[in-house]
Amino acid sequence: MAWLTGLPLAVDLVLGATLLWLAWRALSSPDLFQAVALFIAFGVILGLVWARLDAIDIALAEIPLGAGVTGALLLAALSQLQPAEVDARAAPSATEANEHQAGQPGQTAETADADEAQHKPAVFRALLAAVMGLLLFAALFSLGLVTWQLWEPSSGLTQQVNTHLPESGVEHPVTAVLLNFRGYDTLLEIAVLLLALIGVWSLATASNLGDTTPEPVLAALSRLLAPLMILVAAYLVWVGAHAPGGAFQAGSVLGAAGVLLRLSGWRLPAGAAGWPLRLVLALGVAVFAFIGLAVIGLGEPLLGYPTAWAKHAILVIELAATLSIGAILASLFIGGRP
Amino acid sequence: MLASLSVVLLLAGAAFFLGGSVGMLRFPDVYTRLHALTKADNLGLGLVVLGLMLQAESLAAVGKLFVIWLLLLAASATASQLVASWAQENGFAPWRG
Amino acid sequence: MSSVLVLALTGAGLTLLGLHALIVKAHLLRKILALNVISSGIFLLLAGLAARTPGGEPDPVPQAMVLTGIVVAVAATALALALLLALRSATGRTRLDDDNGQ
Repeated sequence: MAWLTGLPLAVDLVLGATLLWLAWRALSSPDLFQAVALFIAFGVILGLVWARLDAIDIALAEIPLGAGVTGALLLAALSQLQPAEVDARAAPSATEANEHQAGQPGQTAETADADEAQHKPAVFRALLAAVMGLLLFAALFSLGLVTWQLWEPSSGLTQQVNTHLPESGVEHPVTAVLLNFRGYDTLLEIAVLLLALIGVWSLATASNLGDTTPEPVLAALSRLLAPLMILVAAYLVWVGAHAPGGAFQAGSVLGAAGVLLRLSGWRLPAGAAGWPLRLVLALGVAVFAFIGLAVIGLGEPLLGYPTAWAKHAILVIELAATLSIGAILASLFIGGRP
Repeated sequence: MLASLSVVLLLAGAAFFLGGSVGMLRFPDVYTRLHALTKADNLGLGLVVLGLMLQAESLAAVGKLFVIWLLLLAASATASQLVASWAQENGFAPWRG
Repeated sequence: MSSVLVLALTGAGLTLLGLHALIVKAHLLRKILALNVISSGIFLLLAGLAARTPGGEPDPVPQAMVLTGIVVAVAATALALALLLALRSATGRTRLDDDNGQ
């Protein structure tokens, strides 16, 4: 069975080639809907790659976020951008529609990148293309070279993290880095999420989606899945202390559950759309910042929890952050300010 | 013995996935493609899950694998129903010979 | 040539594919896709560098960075799409052409 030893490498080569091909097609296919569909497939394959790289934490976030929420966001935006094209696709026969997909001249269809700036001198354009090609090639070459040269076995910061793991209050190194050793990254990151939502809310007051009646089958599925997803999110928060999981993964699953519920016609009750929603959205940053500042009163540095109750502090922060991340992601998808 | 049975099931599952993918690429219209995709993938994943169950370390892992299969059945049935009903509403006629 | 190196080099390739499309493509939705491909490529590079530990246990620090990065990328995508829709309702344009679409 000696030939089997090459199998993992073969799998990774296939995965890498698939990723490159999907990305290239998503960025070059003339039809925007096709591009978005390919990008969603790209996210799913990327999830597999994270598992191959022993990055289960990242895989758990990539599948609901990179493939799920991003895909839903792109499709919702696309359906608003090109209603004309979506209608034009409903051709009388399916085979015909397939043939048409390539060059449907819809309202915003991406036709003819080539005939852009026709009147510029051909020499100038050729020169521009050559310079850009050269620069990109140089960038690819140096990026590849750097990767190659860095490629000696190195444990990076694994040793330091493992040494200090007992003081962190959790047993899983990635959670320890996120919530304790580099807590300020995570705090600022949740703040960035909140800022993005404020930006989206200030740009649009109406929701992304029309009020079409939901499909009954989809409604049935989301009645089945939503409670399960909430259960999975709770499990992920809890398991994050000693295994892959934690606030981000759990929040991603919650956000995906929110997207699914919204698609199947569920609305936030009118009473909850005002300050209760805003309270949940801000809870993560508020609790994180409060605990991070409160420890200063105990003589610790900013965000330096005393070892004795680090475990409890992290759990409280993670619960608040999970709720906020889930609510923010779902609100980002819904779009307009409620 | 158990290991070789597991390998046989995994390979059989992979064969169904391959068949479903070929069907999706080669069949003439959206309905037959959905048929190929969901039939072959549901059964293919069932076989893969069964093969992995034989290698599972604990009963809990067996249960998780089974739940994964059930969830995928529900999700793929819903997704294919959504695609098919959208196609029907928008006038994609089924392929006839 | 190790498995991990293959995936890290794939990340380098993805970054360049995305960069190329970001410059060349005029449609803004395509530019948003390109930005997402670039970020995925950089995440792959980082996670690949995290996985070259000899003992097999990957470095948790880059992994945590990638994890936060993915969540921020989704938020940035949502904001970019909202900007695109706002631009269209204000000017009717969805492309960034050389000649300002005039």
